[in-house]
Amino acid sequence: MVSNVQTPAVPASAPMFGRTFLWSCLLIAVLLALPLVAPRYWVYFAGILGINIIATHGLNIMTGYTGLLSLGHAAFVGVGAYTVALAQLHLGLPFYIAIPLAGCAAAVIGIGFGLPSLRIRGLYLVIATLAAQFILNFVFVHWQSVTKGDVGLTVQPATVFGFPLNNETRVYYLILFCLVVATWFAVNVIRSRVGRAFIAIRERDLTAEVLGVQIVWYKLVAFALGSFYAGVAGGLLAYFNQFVNPEQFGLLLSVFFLSAVIVGGMGSTLGAVLGAIFMTLLPEFLREGALAVGGTFGFDIASILVPLREAVFGLLMVAFLILEPRGLAQLWKRARTRFSRSDNVA
Amino acid sequence: MNTFSAFLEYSAVGIAAGGIYALIALGIVVIFKSSRTFNFAMGEMMMLSAYFFYTAAVTFSLGIFLGVVVAIVGSIAVALLIERLALRPMMGRPFIAIVMVTFGIGSIIRGIVGMIWGPNDLQIPAILARTPVMLGDIFIPGKTARAFAIAVVIVGGLIAFLRYSRAGIALRAAAADQITAYSMGIDVRRVIAFTWIIAAITGCISGILMANVNTLTPHLGLVALNVLSVVILGGMNSIGGVLVAGFIIGWLESVTGWMLGTEFREITPYILVLLLLLVRPTGLFGTKEIERI
Amino acid sequence: MLRVDDIQLAFGGVKALSGVSVHAKTGMITAVIGPNGAGKTSLFNVVSGFYKPQSGRVTLDGEDISGLRPHQRAYRGMSRTFQNIALFHGMSVLDNIKLGAHTKLKSGVLSAGFRLRLTRSEESELSAEIQRDIIGLLELDRVQHHPVEDLAYGLQKRVELARALVMKPKILLLDEPVAGMNREEKSEMSRFVVDVRKNWNTTVLLIEHDMSMVMGISDHIVVLSFGKPIASGTPDEVRSNPEVIKAYLGAGDELTPAQKATAGARSQ
Ligand SMILES: Nc1ncnc2c1ncn2[C@@H]1O[C@H](COP(=O)(O)OP(=O)(O)O)[C@@H](O)[C@H]1O
Ligand SMILES: [Mg+2]
Repeated sequence: MVSNVQTPAVPASAPMFGRTFLWSCLLIAVLLALPLVAPRYWVYFAGILGINIIATHGLNIMTGYTGLLSLGHAAFVGVGAYTVALAQLHLGLPFYIAIPLAGCAAAVIGIGFGLPSLRIRGLYLVIATLAAQFILNFVFVHWQSVTKGDVGLTVQPATVFGFPLNNETRVYYLILFCLVVATWFAVNVIRSRVGRAFIAIRERDLTAEVLGVQIVWYKLVAFALGSFYAGVAGGLLAYFNQFVNPEQFGLLLSVFFLSAVIVGGMGSTLGAVLGAIFMTLLPEFLREGALAVGGTFGFDIASILVPLREAVFGLLMVAFLILEPRGLAQLWKRARTRFSRSDNVA
Repeated sequence: MNTFSAFLEYSAVGIAAGGIYALIALGIVVIFKSSRTFNFAMGEMMMLSAYFFYTAAVTFSLGIFLGVVVAIVGSIAVALLIERLALRPMMGRPFIAIVMVTFGIGSIIRGIVGMIWGPNDLQIPAILARTPVMLGDIFIPGKTARAFAIAVVIVGGLIAFLRYSRAGIALRAAAADQITAYSMGIDVRRVIAFTWIIAAITGCISGILMANVNTLTPHLGLVALNVLSVVILGGMNSIGGVLVAGFIIGWLESVTGWMLGTEFREITPYILVLLLLLVRPTGLFGTKEIERI
Repeated sequence: MLRVDDIQLAFGGVKALSGVSVHAKTGMITAVIGPNGAGKTSLFNVVSGFYKPQSGRVTLDGEDISGLRPHQRAYRGMSRTFQNIALFHGMSVLDNIKLGAHTKLKSGVLSAGFRLRLTRSEESELSAEIQRDIIGLLELDRVQHHPVEDLAYGLQKRVELARALVMKPKILLLDEPVAGMNREEKSEMSRFVVDVRKNWNTTVLLIEHDMSMVMGISDHIVVLSFGKPIASGTPDEVRSNPEVIKAYLGAGDELTPAQKATAGARSQ
């Protein structure tokens, strides 16, 4: 309980869009310049990071803001990736159509799985998304005639006015553009009527309904929007890797996105960004660490990297849920308050 | 052999395989009854137990009997650890957060097992004889039939235990109404821990049986996810219904595997789940609870 | 304005409401009183569409709304507060209040996401309106940016009222708005309710245990006991009704001794 509500202190969370805007511009400028100064590997890495952030935004909209737990996010990313691959292979569609199409395909398929259970409360949606994870992956593997099964599909580079995006740097700019739009869009949705409805449903759906929120509709919107983000991320991934196969979209990737949302802080757009960054960097550190340890003691570390990752993802998920459910975003906020306070004193 | 007798044979095999699923389902439902927790880590608990058994029986050559004992003790220890460290702090939190915790635990266990025992299939010592069992002219593979028999005996024993023992009665009281149970002097925390022990035992046995019928891999536990899905839809209220759900999954997997090809086995339960959601969105036995605001 | 006719509502064997009728006249404050468990909140839940009664009708401005979902009733100008505070945690006070205006806004996800003119203009109008009409009236200016879960109980109740008011409801249902408040907070809250009625001519349906508030501000009172209507009329009529006194005295713990004394004294 706040006891000092009488003192007209600086509002705890007054909007500060002006400053945020400046910082965002600065950040975008840095990201634009990155390929000019950084080694190729970094650019590749930044591209993956951007894709992961977009997908995490999607899951954060559904799970973090609206409280709709999805265990099958990776499968919807897969739908987007295959949509791009197929749209290009068979229809020769350009990327500026193929990528929105990837988002729409994921949204439509997502609704197909989610609709029956979105109408009711409880765990049913969780099961439906789990079903989506396994069934879609099954389709990727076994619908040989379309997906080429485990072999996968190759994707030709996207072209902009005849200019092929055929290396990491060029696709990186496409990803960066989508990332900026996706983040801006998510922030806007959340600070609008729609976003308020999402949070209200997460917190107290029945109260929200009495106040005029059509809960089934908004759950549907959140689910479709989240899947759309997943589809876009998948589409970008297809262009980035120029290659799509089922292995990329397994349960482990769903666990990855879920832990990114949780670690970052559920229901925070900043959290989705921080979580995705953290979770993408982590395996790299794990690998470096494991290789160092392996080198010292002379065992073959490479083989344990995948399970190590799985264990650490799970561990972080559990630890944050128990210890800091509001995630890195909260830690960040706390650090900033402390920082600005010492600023004022100085 | 004509189609009908093939159908009978696949049905019998499926129902026999369903015995293991019923055992898993029982482990899931007791935990749900005591604490409203959906244990998405059930499959991994089961898979880990099978690795305990492998390590004791093969690596340390303790033999089958001691192997089983070690596996059960190990599983119980792990289950209690999970309950104490991860679920007790989550009491009173939204159910979706609790689901995420158990799901995360599943991931931890899969990862740890992968690191220690590696990703490859392991052969565990044959506990079950291979000689097939004949039911009239229906032929049931020996391991499946014997696994079924063991599962049925254990399920029966546990149900009797839950029905007549004091612990079982305390569980039912806590399941009906935690607050009243408290006021009657029942230590609900102990009841919850007790259900985790039961889940550890059923998980351990089903894990060892499963590893015997198939082979042992870190993915052994994924079947529990589909058991869980079907069980949730079947309705978590009655133990009987949940056991039936286990047998139905076994039957369906076997019959669809026969009709459509074995690759369809793994997704059959999920297709069933989606169909059920379409026709009966609140589940088969789901009762509509009247809520308050 | 709002009519509730002959409602029958049972939960399994428990009869929560039997044959309850209430008429809330335009621009009036109508109170529903009765001991705990009398069925007052259940009546509100029937009116909001959250409980489906076995029989009976709810009409708003002559339209039968019995078959409508809760959100559809909100779109027709019905708004309410809850007995047990039902604010949305994880949102600021201001956002909680804004949510109350959900039915007044039109932005869909695309308009919101791309920040189109529709969204920009309606959001800024809403903010201005809240600052002008609500924040000042309910004296919430100092806390408007605080997370709602940080506020003290009395303030939370006020935020709930604010949230119910932003949509400028035709009919406002208040479920025990001053329960658990101290005397000063109670008189403030009474004043807010009276102001709202006066400023916007809102029709109010009020559940309250606090007799001084009920007697002080209501135009009409309906008394429920064990789900049955036992009396109705003006405050004076109800005060002197022997059935009412019996119901209240029978319930024992419902009134403070002082209130019992007044109720008793008045009846003699
Ligand atoms: N959702 C419900 N399920 C079962 N019984 C209920 C429910 N809501 C209310 N009741 C019962 O209806 C009766 C009236 O309750 P309520 O409307 O809350 O009374 P009041 O608001 O007058 O104190 C009580 O006996 C209560 O137990
Ligand atoms: Mg009440």
